[in-house]
Amino acid sequence: MIRKARQHITQNEPLLFEQSSPGKRGYQLPPLDVPEIDPAAALGAGNTRAGIEDFPEVSEVEAIRHFTRLSTWNYAIDLGLYPLGSCTMKYNPRVNELVARIDGLAWIHPYQPESLSQGAMEIIAELERCLVEITGMHAVTLQPAAGAHGELTGILLIRALLESRGNPRKKILIPDSAHGTNPATAAIAGYKVENIKSNDRGMTDLETLAQALDEDVAALMITNPNTVGVFEENITRITRMLHDKGALVYMDGANMNALVGISRPGDFGVDVMHLNLHKTFSTPHGGGGPGSGAVAVKKHLEPFLPTPRLQRSGDRWSWNYDIPHSIGRVRSFYGNFGVLVRALAYIMAHGGDGLRRATMDALLNANYIRKLVEPYYEIAYRAPSMHECVFSDDRQAARGVRTGDIAKRLIDYGFHPYTVSFPLIVHGALMIEPTETESKSELDLFADALISIAKEIEEKPEFVLKAPHLTRTSRVDEVTAARRPILRWRPQSSVSRAAD
Amino acid sequence: MLETLGLSRVEDLFAHLPPEVISKRPLDIAPGKSEYEIVDYFKARGGENANGYTSFLGAGAYCHYRPVLVDTVVSRGEFLTSYTPYQAEIAQGTLTSIFEFQTMICQLTGMDVANASMYDGSSAVPEAAMMAARLTRRHRALISRTVHPEYREVLLTYARHQGMQVEEFGYQREAGALDPVELERKLDDQTAAVIVQSPNFFGIVENIRQAAKIAHTHGALLIVVFTEAVALGLLEPPRDADIVAGELQSFAIPPSYGGPYAGIIATREKYIRQLPGRLVGETRDTHGNRAFCLTLSTREQHIRREKATSNICTNQALIALMATVFMTVYGKEGLRELAIQNLSKANYLAGKLPQRFSGPFFNEFVVSTNGRSPDDINHALLEKKIIGGLPLARFYPELDNAMLLCCTEMVRREQMDQVVEAFA
Repeated sequence: MIRKARQHITQNEPLLFEQSSPGKRGYQLPPLDVPEIDPAAALGAGNTRAGIEDFPEVSEVEAIRHFTRLSTWNYAIDLGLYPLGSCTMKYNPRVNELVARIDGLAWIHPYQPESLSQGAMEIIAELERCLVEITGMHAVTLQPAAGAHGELTGILLIRALLESRGNPRKKILIPDSAHGTNPATAAIAGYKVENIKSNDRGMTDLETLAQALDEDVAALMITNPNTVGVFEENITRITRMLHDKGALVYMDGANMNALVGISRPGDFGVDVMHLNLHKTFSTPHGGGGPGSGAVAVKKHLEPFLPTPRLQRSGDRWSWNYDIPHSIGRVRSFYGNFGVLVRALAYIMAHGGDGLRRATMDALLNANYIRKLVEPYYEIAYRAPSMHECVFSDDRQAARGVRTGDIAKRLIDYGFHPYTVSFPLIVHGALMIEPTETESKSELDLFADALISIAKEIEEKPEFVLKAPHLTRTSRVDEVTAARRPILRWRPQSSVSRAAD
Repeated sequence: MLETLGLSRVEDLFAHLPPEVISKRPLDIAPGKSEYEIVDYFKARGGENANGYTSFLGAGAYCHYRPVLVDTVVSRGEFLTSYTPYQAEIAQGTLTSIFEFQTMICQLTGMDVANASMYDGSSAVPEAAMMAARLTRRHRALISRTVHPEYREVLLTYARHQGMQVEEFGYQREAGALDPVELERKLDDQTAAVIVQSPNFFGIVENIRQAAKIAHTHGALLIVVFTEAVALGLLEPPRDADIVAGELQSFAIPPSYGGPYAGIIATREKYIRQLPGRLVGETRDTHGNRAFCLTLSTREQHIRREKATSNICTNQALIALMATVFMTVYGKEGLRELAIQNLSKANYLAGKLPQRFSGPFFNEFVVSTNGRSPDDINHALLEKKIIGGLPLARFYPELDNAMLLCCTEMVRREQMDQVVEAFA
């Protein structure tokens, strides 16, 4: 039985271009207080355009209805549990949105005098301090714009340190359970990637690691807890093995929501790591961004951090551009400042103790779901779960139903699906991360939904295979989309129907 | 819940961790604060920054008016608190708006396809350069010194370990535009990309057609960068470019001390397979209704891992939505009118000051300070609650008596007159 959701009317809405008509406008500029310049005269006739062809022309009310109608076609955390594993979809406190929009923070220019930017610099410094404390590392850069950007920064730091020791080395070891960004990052940083097989407990296999570990290895990129939600029980031994060979340890902090206040990567031998402020520290995902990929390092990597670095002289903050060993800039200005404001607001609201309690609630919620669902789905690994639990679709696949189908049926039950078919080491993975946000009643509804679907698969698998049944949009043909890509609207576009 | 799990304390949930990894002391972070105290803290920090100043700073971050509708739309929880739209059936709102975004970026830039956003303009440049390297199988990039200095720095950081050689070429001392002779001289058959910016860092509109011709003669691709997107409301788009890499901050994205902004890469149809970042495509659902989904993901890291076109995953979706709403609100007429206001204001102020360069400019221009230090002039302006231009010596030692000024629609005539007075 579906308890969380039932159908309701949604509005149809054509594309902006299909409802455009000449002369409509949603703006009003003040009268120009200087003489108007003829563009062709000022810029040269060959440098100007007549008007942007087919650019939308709609009224203000049409604009707001357009985007409001589109918004109703989305699922969101504000509507309920969003259990994407490794994505940490937690509640996004609205006070964070408010403070990021304070005039003195939103309207400051990155190049305005430092004397008029002290408040912003103080926020950056305070967030750096908090993240140093949370990770147990020595220094933090907030310049990277997202997790993968942080990974790149971290690997470049490792390369710079090894180069300064005389040999940047050739390869990076990455467990086969890792996020795709890890190998992609290593490749961009000029390293070869060697995959390390996981053992039958879902952890890095020490023997395989020892065999792969030679003088060519620059670093191990490890996610802890890893992507099956399991804490690498040998982590201190692993970091020691790498260090003994003169290599470093990079930790992907995507799953840091399992550790804040309980365990610090700096204390178990990690040399450099990134944090996804848009996961662990509650800044909104916004349909795919913006994020922020803060990178925390130990002392030996600090000299290589991106330029500029914040420094304190007397009672003032300033930017230091003279960092002789720096890897350089990874982006313009100082990072996604607006995201940093939100993350600091989250940390302040929780305090040290609250952060720890949030972690424990995240662990509790994940283990509670695991307990309720385990009789019906195959748990991927017996090892204890941290903040997420991973099942395999083995039992359901016997009836011809795969993880992707179960995910689509979950939508009918009023939930966003879990992460589908990842990590790759689990056959038909269902990766579930509820976060600390959810109440027992929401978790119960979710577990009930999964259990009910398991029963449906026994009784009428073909029904599940055609899900979702209750959504505005039924299953989408992704194959055709990739085979014949239509990536923009065009006036003559034949597939587009105005009334959709 | 603990009972269901057969546990007595919540701490039991991590009792299996090796004892040496468990923190022995609580975090040294002050106790949790109330909403009121948090707002108070950030208001106080905001109060320590510039407030109530008029700014003439541009240089990659612009103070344009933000229509109210922008925050109204992006504050909707359905956009704000959703994830990357992998589950197309319940993400059609985000997917449709990205499809519209891609379309509008193509219309703006004159390109065939645009991705769903990059982190910002600066990181779009190395991504575009790497794309050109894959397309040409060459490994050298030539970048104009009139490209934003920080963008050039970011390119160097990325290129260093890609086996990509980066070389700069200069600008014409009179015109302030790129030097085509030096470009021609430095091009060789190993050059993958020529990278230029228009309007360039000095505000000057570059001759894209000429740059394209020179690059193409040597088999290199032309990458055109932009930092001031409003200019595209008026300027001929860079149709002769192979790749356009730009920054959309001007489209209702607050300056916010440098981020979050939104970058884009747009290109020609034939280069799609090497385009980094997410793409939304049109398709049908099983009922035959139009639907959108993420597509061509075999380019991306979650499928291709170390063979992906880029490691980018999270992008700037919500910021791109700000730009989408902005473009919708202003629309065809509005963007043009807005651009003309910028052009007119810049011409008004530039006409009263000693301009350093002679090339055509949009809303930024370089002025000579005639022997006075730019800081001196800026200091005087601060007294009048005006933030002056960017002194250029920091990036261009040869321009030590020059500053870059920007006039958007938000500066008023009286304030411009005050700038003129400070120069007197």
